[in-house]
Amino acid sequence: MSKPQIIELRLYVAGQTVKSLAAFANLKRICETHLAGQYRIEIIDLLKTPALAAGDQILAVPTLVRRLPEPIKKIIGDLSNEERVLVGLDVQPARP
Amino acid sequence: MNKKIDTPATPGLAKSLTGITGLDEITGGGLPTGRPTLVCGSAGCGKTMLATEFLVRGATQYGEPGVFMMFEESAADLIANVRSLGFDLDRLVKQKKIALDHVRIERSEIEETGEYDLEGLFIRLGHAIDSIGAKRVVLDTVEALFAGLPNHAILRAELRRLFGWLKARGMTAVITGEKGEGNAITRYGLEEYVADCVITLDHRVHEQISTRRLRVLKYRGSVHGTNEYPFLIGERGISMLPITSLRLNHAAPTERLSTGIARLDEMLGGQGVFRGSSVLVSGTPGTGKSSLGAVFAEAACRRGERVMLFAYEESSAQVVRNMGSIGLDLAPWVKKGLLQIHASRPTLQGLEQHLLTIHDTVKAFRPAVVIIDPISNLTLERSEAEVQPTLMRLIDFFKQQQITTLFISLTTGGNGTGTGASTPEDSQVGVSSLMDTWLLLRNVESNGERNRMIFVLKSRGMAHSNQMREFVLSDAGIDLVDVYLGADGVLTGNARVAHAEHEHASAELRRRDHERNLLRLASRQKAIEAQIAALHAESQAEEAEAKFTMAQDSWQEANTRQIDAAMAQRRSGGKTNETKTKGKR
Repeated sequence: MSKPQIIELRLYVAGQTVKSLAAFANLKRICETHLAGQYRIEIIDLLKTPALAAGDQILAVPTLVRRLPEPIKKIIGDLSNEERVLVGLDVQPARP
Repeated sequence: MNKKIDTPATPGLAKSLTGITGLDEITGGGLPTGRPTLVCGSAGCGKTMLATEFLVRGATQYGEPGVFMMFEESAADLIANVRSLGFDLDRLVKQKKIALDHVRIERSEIEETGEYDLEGLFIRLGHAIDSIGAKRVVLDTVEALFAGLPNHAILRAELRRLFGWLKARGMTAVITGEKGEGNAITRYGLEEYVADCVITLDHRVHEQISTRRLRVLKYRGSVHGTNEYPFLIGERGISMLPITSLRLNHAAPTERLSTGIARLDEMLGGQGVFRGSSVLVSGTPGTGKSSLGAVFAEAACRRGERVMLFAYEESSAQVVRNMGSIGLDLAPWVKKGLLQIHASRPTLQGLEQHLLTIHDTVKAFRPAVVIIDPISNLTLERSEAEVQPTLMRLIDFFKQQQITTLFISLTTGGNGTGTGASTPEDSQVGVSSLMDTWLLLRNVESNGERNRMIFVLKSRGMAHSNQMREFVLSDAGIDLVDVYLGADGVLTGNARVAHAEHEHASAELRRRDHERNLLRLASRQKAIEAQIAALHAESQAEEAEAKFTMAQDSWQEANTRQIDAAMAQRRSGGKTNETKTKGKR
């Protein structure tokens, strides 16, 4: 990868719950570790913008959606399992 | 349908009308307001249709907007599918009366890591509800989530929360579910969560005729019909033919209608049948049933009433032509729009479908009189147990609408000549108990001819004739003629005519006989008078003779005295002592 593609992520949450806070913290950590400088995270609080839920077919919260690159991938849950998150995002783990 | 529904007294339990023909009657006013109702059944039995109609009717007829959340087909598919039922979902969505939301989950797209809940679903549903102010919600089929989400423990907990949430928000909801294996009501046991009202749908094929059936399995806190009710998905959505009310409470008008045959009216207490009653005309082939029906129809048209004739044997044109042969011109009434003839093949559809067609056309045309010719074709090859309740529903429907009905029935029983084991009376026992008036037409065979007879077997609520009449079809229409009852039995047809002539002839003969007798009497009188005169004359003659004899006697006496005197004179020589002399002698 000469010029690595930016990964566009959206994290859907519903208010500041324990689960959503955990998911955000986990996501931040994983991205910093493996995708430093190659990602963009958008947090969407469905309590504030409920109309957006239908667009990405959100059912469960928290849901992480990889909007780019295509195809769209979804990961539901608090993202506590790093390995599965990386598999879900189709990202090679960075060698520490 | 804006008629008042007869709701059984269940205070405290509010109900929301579904607007689905028949379902509101079965449930006594609709589904429980503000509670979820589970509708389950196997694939293709009409769950989605029922749910859609519930929503559309709510939005269009009862001012209750609704949210349709679908988990299987897409919104575009649903819109296309229900358009055939005359529901324009597109328009309703634009008018903000209905909100559609397609929840699609692809197992392959989803990775699960850690804890989650279905708050997203709640938010979507809540948003949809708020956006249109919905009162009704449909979840079709929520069980699809079980395939999409691997963690069933979370899903179950969330579904329980969802139904509770719907209840808390006061949503009248319909939740559909797939029928489970064996005796399970639903595949994933949704009935555990939705316990207020459960409706099961079923689709069965019996003798190549498929019938959909609906049953209210459970309705907490309410009286409901527990039977299986056949239903159909027709041009106007779902239609059930329930017993229109669980009680017999239709009005009983006292107005009487003429049958169009004066003599028949006379047999029926002098005034004909009651408005809104059901009349059965049964008879063997060729006894004039259809003609009787046509006369009945024509009489109603003449009164300016609308008549609907369901013909299952002849086409509309054929009916008009054939009735021309008895001097009945139906064409002008058809043209005027008072008479509608609905002809179709009985084998075209199943019984329920036919009855639905009858329902629909009758509702559209609103006739005062309906004639079904013949009802027996509809019930071909159906068991009586099946036919009777369905017919009862139909008759109930007519009575509720105060439509006078004439059912024509072809009987296959004995023809009255004593051959068959069953009599015509036996052959219609099943339906006849539903009828108010039963006319039986019968052929009587005698002297080498068949003649039609008519009887009134029963007629509720009126004094009716116990006599049979001869039923005469001619180019001048129908007439009823008294039969001759004599020593030779009942005489009909030519025998009756011959008998009448014979009677006429013998009357003439008797008249002449009397005349002759009178003449004879007169001459006898004359003879007697003559005799009297003769006798009189004779007695006069005798009297004269007697007088003569008397005169003769007195003359002789006088003569004798004279002679004696002369003799005495002569003997005394002229002396005058004749007396002395005479005394001495």
